[in-house]
Amino acid sequence: MSSTRQNAAQTATAQASDGKRMIGLEMLQGANAARTGAEPVYLEGRAAKKAEKKRQKAIEKGLAEERKRSAKTGFSNPTNPRRSWGLTLVTGIFAVYCLFPFLWLLINSTKTQKDFVSTFGLGFGKSFNLWQNIQTVFTYQDGIFGRWFLNTLLYVIVGAGGATLLAIMGGYALAKFDFPGRKAVFAVVIGSISVPGIALAVPQFLLFAKLNLTNTPWAMIIPSLISPFGLYLMWIFSDQAVPTSLIEAARVDGASEFRTFFTISLPLLAPGIVTTALFTIVATWNNYFLPLIMLKDPDWYPLTIGLNQWNSQSTTAGAKAIQNLVVTGSLLTIIPVVVAFLCLQKYWQSGLAAGAVKE
Amino acid sequence: MTTAQQAVRSSASDVPVNKHRRDWRGWKFMWPFAVVFVFVFIIPIIYAIYISFFQEKMIGGTVFAGFANYDRLFHDGNFWYSVGRVALFTVVQVPIMLALAALVALALDSMRLHGMRFFRISTFLPYAVPAVVSTLMWGFMYSAKYGLIGSMNAALGWHLDAFSPDWILVSIGNINTWEFTGYNMLIFYAALSTIPHDLYEAAAIDGASEWQIVRKIKMPELRGSLAITVIFSIIGSFQLFNEPQILKTMVPGNVITTYYTPNMYAYNLSFMGGESNYAAALAIVMAVITMVLAYAVQLSSMKEQMR
Repeated sequence: MSSTRQNAAQTATAQASDGKRMIGLEMLQGANAARTGAEPVYLEGRAAKKAEKKRQKAIEKGLAEERKRSAKTGFSNPTNPRRSWGLTLVTGIFAVYCLFPFLWLLINSTKTQKDFVSTFGLGFGKSFNLWQNIQTVFTYQDGIFGRWFLNTLLYVIVGAGGATLLAIMGGYALAKFDFPGRKAVFAVVIGSISVPGIALAVPQFLLFAKLNLTNTPWAMIIPSLISPFGLYLMWIFSDQAVPTSLIEAARVDGASEFRTFFTISLPLLAPGIVTTALFTIVATWNNYFLPLIMLKDPDWYPLTIGLNQWNSQSTTAGAKAIQNLVVTGSLLTIIPVVVAFLCLQKYWQSGLAAGAVKE
Repeated sequence: MTTAQQAVRSSASDVPVNKHRRDWRGWKFMWPFAVVFVFVFIIPIIYAIYISFFQEKMIGGTVFAGFANYDRLFHDGNFWYSVGRVALFTVVQVPIMLALAALVALALDSMRLHGMRFFRISTFLPYAVPAVVSTLMWGFMYSAKYGLIGSMNAALGWHLDAFSPDWILVSIGNINTWEFTGYNMLIFYAALSTIPHDLYEAAAIDGASEWQIVRKIKMPELRGSLAITVIFSIIGSFQLFNEPQILKTMVPGNVITTYYTPNMYAYNLSFMGGESNYAAALAIVMAVITMVLAYAVQLSSMKEQMR
């Protein structure tokens, strides 16, 4: 992506130095910014970030200028084609499909139970009840929702955190050491991806029951520690991001394997680590099947099981329907994950690109 | 997965190998994963195979039964019915989802969209939503009583019922498509963005149209990542459980049975019916079927690449 931008900025520069075309002030700025970007300029912290942002903006402007020119001359740069409203509209239909359930959730979490069953789904209710709903969600059944929230947090921090750590170390070992049994480890782990969850869940449950671990947080945490996909991702990433010569150099200088790992390799692996962490966090946060079989005590439920229990309560005869709480609770459940994805998009997009496809 | 094997080979050759002494250093980093993996994967699988050869009898407790559980399974109409259902689901839903994902990825990669960042994020966002929440959300919207379908029926005079036996599988398919198209799109998009842009420039200079660039340069690149997405999608839909299990309480009557999918059948057998041994046999047969399918996809994609 960035190389394309630079290309475009360079063509802009070339045309500018040609002197035959009108040179806009913005274009000059863009060219300048591209040039300073090519040479390493050492700026610290916030100033660097600001300069980078300015540079990106200038390049963006240069690209827009180029598109405008190509519209006039008819010659278009294939790496910077003209934007098409038609294609945007068609893709927009799909984006609407992806987004409107979120809108529905947002709108309906503002309704009372009465409005929820009586008013139109994509329109607001007669009263704005969001704050009361949130308050009721956290106080209903002696505030058990808060407990579920903390449980989920515990499972995510210990389970997904541990899974990420194990995946980093394992992936690093697979990529950078030729130890005995390496191929066997690889074959077994890849093969295990296609084993259905249920094939594991039944014996896992029986095994954990024998060890008296069911109905405790351990029943949820220990199985979450293994992420074959995370291991795969980290191994591909270690293979690409950590040069073997660098490790060799550290060894020659007398660093231990662990020191090399922590001071040399870990910083290089950062984007891959964020990606792996994000995916293990989502997998743990969203897990439904494992807690469903392992946990019977509502005090240890994660959010997913708790929400479904609230929802089933609505359908049992005689019980009070609390669908407004289910909807508001759902909204509160997805907010942390969605925010995490939005904030870390730079990392997971590049990380997944490295992991999903390898030459 | 073929790429994975290539990587094993290439990264192994990078590592200097001391032929005389074996290099055990890697286990310093590998052992924590390996220990937990053995505990939560290997031992349970062996245990499942073991108990699948036993049966619980009213008199005499658990006794060795040989292949009796497997024999019963092969004559169990409910089981094959559920396998047929997920097979049908896979054949219809997976191609639709992957085609959609590929189209969106191509649209994003064409760089012709206004607001590309917005599209990249918004199409991926459903992946972050737990299956429970997305099923509840869609379940409410499907409802003919107070959901969007209900409003639509009232406005247009239709009698659509997303929960009727004819439509329920389509409704589940829609939930799955909504959840996972973005994820597959991202894998395709990542594959497309590895293509060097000089290639497009060269093609354009040679007079290739945009359509030709898509067909001759981009499509072959997509084919490589297709194997991974197909394998993951097959595994995912053969394990279908969350969506029907959660919808079960929202759908009136007995439209979603206890043996609706193989996973639901196994769950209900072992946790509601107390037939763990039989459920273990079922789970193993399903694992074998899934692995054979994944392997077949991998083989055919390898053949394709050899050509």
